[in-house]
Amino acid sequence: MTVSVVQFGGSNCDRDAVRALEHVGVDAGRVWHEDGLPADTEGIVLPGGFSYGDYLRAGAMAARAPIMAEVREAAADGVPVIGVCNGAQIGSESGLTPGAFTTNASARFQCEPVHLRVERADTPWTAAYDEGDVIEVPIAHGEGRFEIGEEAHADLVADDRVLFRYCDADGNVTDAANPNGSTDNVAGVLGERESVAVLMPHPERATLPDLGRSTDGAGILRAFV
Amino acid sequence: MTAYTATVTVRLKRGVLDPEAETTQQALERLGFELSDLRSADRFEVDLDAADADEAADRADEMAERLLANPTIHDYEVAVAER
Repeated sequence: MTVSVVQFGGSNCDRDAVRALEHVGVDAGRVWHEDGLPADTEGIVLPGGFSYGDYLRAGAMAARAPIMAEVREAAADGVPVIGVCNGAQIGSESGLTPGAFTTNASARFQCEPVHLRVERADTPWTAAYDEGDVIEVPIAHGEGRFEIGEEAHADLVADDRVLFRYCDADGNVTDAANPNGSTDNVAGVLGERESVAVLMPHPERATLPDLGRSTDGAGILRAFV
Repeated sequence: MTAYTATVTVRLKRGVLDPEAETTQQALERLGFELSDLRSADRFEVDLDAADADEAADRADEMAERLLANPTIHDYEVAVAER
């Protein structure tokens, strides 16, 4: 599969994403947003970073870049799309997924390993896991607090579109294990199709064994294999 | 055509946590000020030419809908004045 990692001005996890994807055996390359999606794109990653300096709101500017119309069209056609960190903010700002990511409850940038509970194991992103599995993946964000209106949250839960929740090492979803004040400990959600997902934690930073930390994130990237 | 300034004020919906406002309030209190609450908002001043004030307001409204505000977390209001 050829995965396009879309690079905006200020993206900075694009190289990491390509390297992690190649590690799991996926053919991937960076695509500058102004060049549009290559015709052979079979998967899309919106990588982390600080696109457009987080002006206005994190992800707001990139979400309105012309390439995002192509990304939305591809997503509607069933092309797998994942947004990571700033890519998650771009995904939610562009309407690919419900809710919004905004300033952490701590009002601080937080860079730390967290535990995630796999809430759905029947999606391409989580086929490597079992429901209820606990994985360790790092976060690095200042605007990662998931917010969603009450009604939309009820729909999100009823439609079973929560993909990951922040939890403790034993899988308990608690306030103490919620790093940023996210509603319902939500760390990642699905779009209208299960082939579209966003999450604040960085699976590409928990894939390469050389980094000497968790490689639990590799399973998420294997969706593209 | 008339020259207008449309002022778009974007604020968090009631009930949405505002950590920056809380931090700002704490800083004011540390300086000795007494206050019971503090809210922050973003204000955009858009200069534009329009046939009348309604058209100017409509265009500013669309700007808020499509970019300046995020309807999941924000409310906004538009005020138009001749420039």
